[in-house]
Amino acid sequence: MTVFLLRRLLQAAAVVLVMSLLVFLGVFAIGDPIEILISPEADQFERERAIKALGLDLPLWQQYLVFLGNALQGDLGRSFVFNEPALKLILERMPATLELAIGATVLALLIGLPLGLYAGLKPNGALSKGIMATSILGFSLPTFWVGLMLIMVFAVQLGWLPSTGRGETVTLLGTRWSFLTLDGLAHMAMPTLNLALFKISLVIRLTRAGVRETMLMDYVKFARAKGLSPARVTFVHVFKNILIPVVTVVGLEFGGTIAFSVVTESVFAWPGMGKLIIDSINVLDRPVMVAYLMMIVLLFITINLVVDITYSLLDPRVRLEGKS
Amino acid sequence: MSAPTLEVRNLRTHFFTRAGVVKAVDDVSFSVKAGQVMGLVGESGSGKTVTGFSIIGLVDPPGRITGGQILFKGRDLATLPEAEMRSLRGNRIAMIFQDPMMTLNPVLRIDTQMIETVQAHAKVSREEARQRSRDALGQVGIPSPDERLQSYPHQFSGGMRQRVAIAIALLHKPDVIVADEPTTALDVTIQGQILAEAQKLCTQFGTALVWITHDLSVVAGLADDIAVMYAGKVVESGPVAEVMDAPLHPYTLGLIGSVPSRNRRGEPLRQIPGMTPSLLNLPAGCAFRSRCPRAEPRCAEPPPMAEYRPGRHARCIHPHDEAVAA
Ligand SMILES: Nc1ncnc2c1ncn2[C@@H]1O[C@H](COP(=O)(O)OP(=O)(O)OP(=O)(O)O)[C@@H](O)[C@H]1O
Ligand code: SF4
Ligand SMILES: [Mg+2]
Repeated sequence: MTVFLLRRLLQAAAVVLVMSLLVFLGVFAIGDPIEILISPEADQFERERAIKALGLDLPLWQQYLVFLGNALQGDLGRSFVFNEPALKLILERMPATLELAIGATVLALLIGLPLGLYAGLKPNGALSKGIMATSILGFSLPTFWVGLMLIMVFAVQLGWLPSTGRGETVTLLGTRWSFLTLDGLAHMAMPTLNLALFKISLVIRLTRAGVRETMLMDYVKFARAKGLSPARVTFVHVFKNILIPVVTVVGLEFGGTIAFSVVTESVFAWPGMGKLIIDSINVLDRPVMVAYLMMIVLLFITINLVVDITYSLLDPRVRLEGKS
Repeated sequence: MSAPTLEVRNLRTHFFTRAGVVKAVDDVSFSVKAGQVMGLVGESGSGKTVTGFSIIGLVDPPGRITGGQILFKGRDLATLPEAEMRSLRGNRIAMIFQDPMMTLNPVLRIDTQMIETVQAHAKVSREEARQRSRDALGQVGIPSPDERLQSYPHQFSGGMRQRVAIAIALLHKPDVIVADEPTTALDVTIQGQILAEAQKLCTQFGTALVWITHDLSVVAGLADDIAVMYAGKVVESGPVAEVMDAPLHPYTLGLIGSVPSRNRRGEPLRQIPGMTPSLLNLPAGCAFRSRCPRAEPRCAEPPPMAEYRPGRHARCIHPHDEAVAA
C-alpha cells in the first residue's frame, strides 16, 4: 500500500508537470490579454509599464519558469481583473462547485441504482422499458436546455423554487455551504438535478447491464442453490459485484461533472468555479484560467487515486502492491 | 429395501427459445436410495446439468419443467411452491456445480458465504454458524479452517474451492446431493481424493448422491446404479456392474469402448462415429439412429424404454441381448 501510494504520487507529480506546460502553452495561445486589459487610450509608456508589471515582456520559456517557480510556492499568479491571487479566487469558489457536484453524484446514485436494479431484474417489464427509454432522454437532452426548462416550469410557472444564486449559507470549516439551510437546499435543487441528469442515466444503464450480466453467473445460481432469499441474493451477491463498475465509472466521471458544471452554473448563476472560468475566459484573465486548469488536473489525479483505492476495497482480487 | 429418497419419473424440461423448442431433458427417469450413488452419464449437451437444475428447481426462463415428477420422499418437487422449494434447497437437497472457479462469489469472504447458508435454514447465532462452517471445512480436508474462513475465493486453488463448495453442500447434511461433474475441472490426483471423500461422507450421512459425469470410468468405481443419457433421454439404466459388463444399448457399448482400459492397452480407442445431434428439430425415432451400427428401418419409430432384464432398462428396439433380440 505504501509502495503503491509512493509510486502514484511520483506519477502524479510527473503528470502535473507535463500538464502545467500544456496548460501554460495552451492558454498563452488563446489571445493577447494586453489588448483587453489596457485601455486603448493609454500611452506607450503606460503600456510598457503595465506589460512589465504583468511579466508579459519576458520570453515565453522564462514566463513559464517564473510561473512554475511561483506555482511551487502556491502562487499561481494574480488575476488581471480582480487583482487578487488566482488560486485564492478559485479556492473561494470551489466549495460551491463541489457542493453541486457531490450533490449531483449522490442524487445520481440514489435514483440510478434502484431504477437500474429494477430494470435489470425485470428486463421485460413495461416499467423497465419506460425507465430505459427515459434514460436515453437523460443522455441526449442538452444540459443548458433542460436547465432553462426547469427554470421555466419550477421558477417561472409554478414559482416553487428559486432560479439563481446559492441562497442562505452557513459557514463550516471556514467556507460557506448552502446544503445546511433549507433556503440553500431550495436553491440547490434545480442546479443539482440539472447536473445529475446525465449521471442518473449513466448509473441506470451501468447498473442494469451489471445486474443482467451478474445474474447469469454461476455464483449467483449457486447462491440460489443454497436456499438464500431472493433479497439476499440480489442485495449481497449481485449488488456487491455491480458496485465495482458503478463506483469506478461514477468516480472517474466526478472530474467531468466538475468540469461540466460550467454550463449549469452559468444557467443558474451559481457562483462556483465554472462561472468564474467563463467570466475569466471572456476577459482573457490568464492567471485565473491557468489556476483553474491546474486545479482540475489535480482534482482528476486525486479522483483517480481515490477510485483506485475504493476499487481495491470493493474487489478483493485487486492488489494495490501489484502493477498499477 | 427402503423406498428411494429421490425418484425422477419421466422428467421433461424444455427451453422455449426463439429458434424453437430445445428438449434438453425429454423423458428422464431414475431413482436413488439413501447412502447410495447414482451415476448420470452422457456426452456434453445430453442434458445432465439441466436434469440437475430441474431437481433443485432452478430452471430459469426460457426453460420450464413441462412434464414428469420429481418425487422427494414422496413429495413432487416439480409442482412445489417456490417458498417451500427454497426451504429444501441447500438444506435437504444440495447441488455442487461443474466449475469450481465460478461457483463462489469473488467479492465475498468464505465465512460470509458459509454462514449465510447455515443461517438460511437454521435459527442459530452467527458464532454457532461459524463453528459449523469451520467444522464442515475440516470435514472436507481443508487445513487450518479457522484461517481459511477469512479468505476470499481467489486465494484458493481450484481443488480447494471445490472442497469449499462440497463443504457448503454438506452444511445441513442433506438427504440428496446433486454433484454436477465436480471433479472434471481438476487434476487427476485431486479428482480421486475428492471422489473418495465425497463418497465417504455421503455413506456416513446416508445422503443419496446423484453424480453427474461424462466419464464412464469415474462412475464405474463410484456408483451403485447408472443412467446413461443421450440427447435428453435416458437410454439405459441399471446396476453399474451389470451395465458395464453387458450393456444393452449400442450407445452404452460405444461409451464403454471409448474408455481407455488396461486390457486393451496398445489398441486404438474406439470412437463412436458421427456427432451428437442438435436438440432443436430432433428427428422422430431413435436419436442415436444416424450413429448406430445396429440401426434398422424400425428405428425410425421412437423406441420405448423397456425392461429387458430385472432392473435393466434400455431404450432400443435392437439391444445387445441375444435372449431378447428378435
Ligand atoms: N438457457 C438455455 N436456453 C436454451 N438451451 C439451453 C439452455 N440451457 C441449456 N440448454 C440446452 O440444453 C442442452 C443440455 O444442456 P446441459 O447443460 O444439460 O448439458 P450437459 O449434459 O450438462 O453437458 P456438459 O457435459 O457440457 O455439461 C444443451 O443442448 C443446451 O444447449
Ligand atoms: S433403436 Fe435402433 S438405432 Fe436406436 S440404438 Fe437401438 S438399434 Fe440403434
Ligand atoms: Mg453440464
